[in-house]
Amino acid sequence: MSLALIAALPFLGALLPGVMIRAGRNACATVTGSVTALALLGILLHAPAVMRGEVVTARFEWIPALGLNATFMLDGLGLLFSLLILGIGLLIITYARFYLAKSDPMGQFYTYLLLFQGAMVGIVLSDNVLLLLIFWELTSLSSFLLIGYWRHLPEGRQGARMALAVTGMGGLAMIGGMLILGNIAGSYDLSVILTQGDAIRADPLYLPALILILLGAFTKSAQFPFHFWLPHAMAAPTPVSAYLHSATMVKAGLFLMARLWPVLSGTDAWFWLVGGAGLITMVLGAVIALFKDDLKALLAFSTVSHLGLITMLLGLGTEFGAVAAVFHIINHATFKAALFMTAGIVDHEAHTRDIRRLGGLRALMPVTFVIAAIGSLSMAGIPAFNGFLSKEMMLEAAWDTGTGFAVLATLGALFSVGYSLRYLVHTFLGPVRDDYPHTPHDPGPGLWLPPAFLAVLVVVIGLVPQAAVGGFVKVVAGAVTLGEPTVYLKLWHGLVPALYMSIAAVVGGAILLALHGGLSRAWDAAPRPEAKAIFDALVDACARAARGLSDGLHDGAVSRYLAIMTAAVLAYGFWAWSGGEHTPGLRIATPLSPVPVIFAALLAVASLALVALHRRRFVALVVISIVGLVVSMAFVHFSAPDLALTQLTVEVVTIILLLLALNYLPKATPVETTAARRLLDGAIALGAGIGVAALTWAFLSRDRALPAISDYHLANSYEGGGGNNVVNVILVDFRGFDTMGEIIVLGIAALVIFALVDGLLRGPASRWLANRVPDMPQAGDRHPLMMVVATRIALPIALAVAVFIFLRGHNEPGGGFIAGLVAAIALLMQYMASGFAWSESRQHFDYHGVIALGVAIAVLTGVASLLLGWNFLTSTNEYVTVWPLSKVHLASAIAFDLGVFLTVVGSVMLALASLSRIGRRAGEGVNLTPMDIDPEAPGRAGKEPH
Amino acid sequence: MMSHWIVAPIILPALVGSFVLLTLRHDLLLQRVAGLAGTAGLVFLALVLWAGTAGGAIESYELGSWPAPFGIVLVADRLAALMVLLTAVLGLMVLAYVTASGWDGRGRHFHALYQFQLMGLMGAMLTGDIFNLFVFFEILLIASYGLMIHAGGRMRLRAGVQYVVVNLAGSTLFLFALGAIYGIFGTLNMADMAVRVGQLPEGDIALLRVSAALLVLVFLLKGGLVPLHFWMPNTYALAPAPVAALFAIMTKVGAYSVIRVYTLVFPPEAAGTGTMVADILMPFALVTLALGALGVLAGGTLGRVTAFSALASMGTLFAAVAGFDPEAIAAALYYLIHSTLAGAALFLVVDQVRARRGTSALVPRAPMAGTGLVASAYFAAAIAVAGMPPLSGFMGKLMVLDALRDHGAWVWVWSVVLVGSLVIVVGFARAGSVLFWKAHDGATPAAAPAEPVDRPDPAATSGWAMAALALPLVGVLALTAFAGPVHGQMRAIAAQLGDRAAYVAAVLGPEAGAGLATLTPDEDQ
Repeated sequence: MSLALIAALPFLGALLPGVMIRAGRNACATVTGSVTALALLGILLHAPAVMRGEVVTARFEWIPALGLNATFMLDGLGLLFSLLILGIGLLIITYARFYLAKSDPMGQFYTYLLLFQGAMVGIVLSDNVLLLLIFWELTSLSSFLLIGYWRHLPEGRQGARMALAVTGMGGLAMIGGMLILGNIAGSYDLSVILTQGDAIRADPLYLPALILILLGAFTKSAQFPFHFWLPHAMAAPTPVSAYLHSATMVKAGLFLMARLWPVLSGTDAWFWLVGGAGLITMVLGAVIALFKDDLKALLAFSTVSHLGLITMLLGLGTEFGAVAAVFHIINHATFKAALFMTAGIVDHEAHTRDIRRLGGLRALMPVTFVIAAIGSLSMAGIPAFNGFLSKEMMLEAAWDTGTGFAVLATLGALFSVGYSLRYLVHTFLGPVRDDYPHTPHDPGPGLWLPPAFLAVLVVVIGLVPQAAVGGFVKVVAGAVTLGEPTVYLKLWHGLVPALYMSIAAVVGGAILLALHGGLSRAWDAAPRPEAKAIFDALVDACARAARGLSDGLHDGAVSRYLAIMTAAVLAYGFWAWSGGEHTPGLRIATPLSPVPVIFAALLAVASLALVALHRRRFVALVVISIVGLVVSMAFVHFSAPDLALTQLTVEVVTIILLLLALNYLPKATPVETTAARRLLDGAIALGAGIGVAALTWAFLSRDRALPAISDYHLANSYEGGGGNNVVNVILVDFRGFDTMGEIIVLGIAALVIFALVDGLLRGPASRWLANRVPDMPQAGDRHPLMMVVATRIALPIALAVAVFIFLRGHNEPGGGFIAGLVAAIALLMQYMASGFAWSESRQHFDYHGVIALGVAIAVLTGVASLLLGWNFLTSTNEYVTVWPLSKVHLASAIAFDLGVFLTVVGSVMLALASLSRIGRRAGEGVNLTPMDIDPEAPGRAGKEPH
Repeated sequence: MMSHWIVAPIILPALVGSFVLLTLRHDLLLQRVAGLAGTAGLVFLALVLWAGTAGGAIESYELGSWPAPFGIVLVADRLAALMVLLTAVLGLMVLAYVTASGWDGRGRHFHALYQFQLMGLMGAMLTGDIFNLFVFFEILLIASYGLMIHAGGRMRLRAGVQYVVVNLAGSTLFLFALGAIYGIFGTLNMADMAVRVGQLPEGDIALLRVSAALLVLVFLLKGGLVPLHFWMPNTYALAPAPVAALFAIMTKVGAYSVIRVYTLVFPPEAAGTGTMVADILMPFALVTLALGALGVLAGGTLGRVTAFSALASMGTLFAAVAGFDPEAIAAALYYLIHSTLAGAALFLVVDQVRARRGTSALVPRAPMAGTGLVASAYFAAAIAVAGMPPLSGFMGKLMVLDALRDHGAWVWVWSVVLVGSLVIVVGFARAGSVLFWKAHDGATPAAAPAEPVDRPDPAATSGWAMAALALPLVGVLALTAFAGPVHGQMRAIAAQLGDRAAYVAAVLGPEAGAGLATLTPDEDQ
């Protein structure tokens, strides 16, 4: 079976439990178990080859350019871990079937479990560090789901989040470390990296890479100072704790350290970091474990301690240490998983895991007791069980390293004996009590068979180590050290120092247990940091700080946003400017004449007045219109009649619409800023103004270094564009595509106004409008006679002008845009003079349709050229004679201009119509006659029903 | 070969939009049919463009048959085809969701505005003319404003005003930039600018640099880079969530424009401007990423969390862009596709949460209906957005980190990206655990941060809506599974961007392209 398939099997299988749960819990568990069994079979089929020393590989390209490929390899180390993962997985699946309650969603559980299993198998089979990272983080994510499985428990949620944060952090650090490692080695393939040990250790980035990778390994394997998450992850259902937190996931860190042992170990940094952390963790975990009353917490910290032990052995960097580490991994996995399952059984049967409420279970649960006894004695390191053997090796390795190591290692072993015996003695021995929350008895074989199987292994390995696993350990240790380690496992080593240390530990441990009551009270009284509280406080403080920062920055104060933006533009613009050479322009300024000076002064005064008067919105609007007019005059002065006309008409339309809108808005802008703030804003605005002025001056005062494309437009306007008015030809022909876009913008704007008003009138604003009391005195004469008469007379004239401007546009100043505005103004005047309803009843176009038609005509003009085989918007022009007119010069762009015209008219009118809807909602009278002068009731002619 | 196909992605939505407005505006069903059909047609057109450019051909289309650089040109190259395809596909996914969830009926003119929005996006990505780009930015802006305030509501309208005001200021800045560019280059055609940038005399360099500076700020404003990002969080958090999903592509337009203009006209190897853009882009991109990550951690509402995650993703994207070499650009483009799809998916999840729970505020509430499905979708989308394995976010992040390993500030980049990921993961975990786990406490409702309240609609939680929600997630999965081939395509795009002469030759003729090579002799270094 291909390794890739083995790694994929659990993921594919993860789809099944969710479905099979419909067929019942047994079917669900069976299917899940079959998936795991199949994967296990696949591994076992490869086992003979691996035991011969071969490395099985499989390779698929995934992202070759990045060096991330789905490459897998199976060597001794991978074999050990995949057997652990799949073998214990199978036991756990069986156990969980009987452990979970009926109300627990079992399909979900098995799905998560298989996801996790796949991720773990992926880690140990990966031959590519990037692929390994993917699986690594997947274990964090899937364990998050498993720990939080009982979602109703706050401890579960919090434990899950803490585990995710800590192991996730390690994983992300490891990404950095692995990338550095890959860079040094020139490949992300492990098989290549493993050959580059010397280069890696010599590299200046070795230390950062080491630290980052160790962060990943330490967090995953709960090494000091990251050991605190593991006990909280024990809120998970016991099968999860047994599987993830004793047998597999927490060993991923060990796996990684073992995997990279050939390239990373052997330096002082490695020794002190790994060896030191391991030693501290071993002792610390053991001490804490002794004082835990929760069975699972006790086991959790004992796991921390044993992981520290293995880490320490790996940290020594010696071959013997590696062999001992490998051996202890096997031993720990067997006895600890068994112990977890017995703890689960006790919890399941007695409904409590609190040691203080237990005791005397030996008589009630003899089978469980035997298993627990084997497990805990092995954990204590009592001869005849496998834990003894590897612990002896550990003590020997520590002895060889130095006195300090030896003392601390013995101390760790001593506490280890203490808590192991406590687990056994305080739970199972002693008198039978009568106050268990639930009277316990041995469970069915589904729950005790899996741990019993492991217990058998514990004894077998303990009695005949060399025969049972000697060869296997040799292969695995060989894969770790990339050498040929000498392995000879035996029960009796002779009267070596390790034996005395071991004896001291056992005796000391027994004494500890005897003194436990007093020690425990002292421990509880002693102040010590509570990791969870610190962690929670830290995360909460971070979240609060983040919230403060985030909310403070993004509080919706647009004026500040704009100030920051303007300041940024100014700063970056200035920085850019100062980074290059600037030769001032040589153009000589034209002499000043009085007219421009007057208008410029007018502009300046109006702008200053706007600053002074902007809080009075109505006045501000008037002042703004002065600015607009001066700009139009400037266009006139510089001989740009098209622009002047456009500007003028746009001014008129926008000011009218703004005035209408202002009617329903507050008439003054409130003061919301401090004087200092306004000063700062003023300074920024002044800076921006000066910047723009300087930039304009720089451009106006210099000659172009390169010819502008406008020369071409001037030369080709008539020949190619069929018009003398270059501005118009640019608009509808050279750059007709831009114009098409801009009229669409105009059309959309009108649609948005309509939609906005529509939404407003359906919301709470509608009620506000209906009850609104006008804040200004109402004119008694809403539709004055003079205005009505004048606009009536003006209408045909204005429309005729519009047609005229439209038609002459291509050759003389004018065009569809201006014509549209003129026509719109003429219509607008009617609405102003006689009211919306009166005017509306006299025309039958829907403005939406007018806009759409305009846009469609403009676009279709372009499409027409497509149909004729030309490029989009290609124009043509012809002299045509239409009877009875004389010869006319017609350009096809006139159709396009018609689209522009319609869109402009439609948009302005739709905006007006939308505003008038607000007016009617606000209770403005609807007049059906052109003039509604009523001396009796001025102003209000009645509300329109809606 | 492609010829008229190039302009088709712009014409089609314009015609569909006006058709919907002209004749279908009173019938929602017909609008939906037209909108979906039009958008599906757009996907087809995008595929045609993609196929046409796949061989490495660059083709220019002269509108009105006016020769470049005097008229407006559209240019289809690999990058443009990618962006058009991505936009069309996202557009179809989001429209499917909008239709399924009944969002289009909660205000007026949704379908017309949507088509015009797509038109603006297509135009911005196809045009080869800097002023025309401005025009399409305007279409984008005004249509997106309409979509953003769709369905109304006090908070949404207020955020809408902020959005439109800040972006209009951006448009003004764009005009200043255009004035400066025309003043210095005498042309608006981007290929022509690329040619002329090497011909400017020494004394014009300061002004050239100012014009490049003003222009890039416009794009960075669109892209939501700190400190020009202020409009972004509220807009995304308060817009109708499906619209926010579409907006996932809007910030990418800014990123696209930076990539386009600052590899073509102002590449880092150009003498006058040099690395002036790359130099500021990198630090501010990292700040953006950090601020986004903090915003995710800050919580509040899921809408806000998601909005800030979008900000963070823009930080990552711009950091990659700031590398400005083919590897970094390829990584940026892969990440761009990923973050568009993943961000859209997450926003659609936000909509489901709001529809089922009444609010996406991160306070315990009674369990919502269909928690399992929504929670799964959230889990997947959040993993993708946070850049955790095994989804494409992780690949994208790895590509970015790998591509920037020789960058001067690589330690900073790696640190911020990795720590940022952690913060985002923690933030998402906190949010998800409140939404999907804590709900089971049956605790009393706490005071919730305010959010726009929309009329409940039974269609919003229908199976169709969930199916449409799955679409971008399927996209993310595909992007993960086919990461290798996709990355290969991105490398091809980046390589083509490096070949400025080919672009110029396609627009202005072979002589101009050849001339470019001699004008910047050190281009290949």
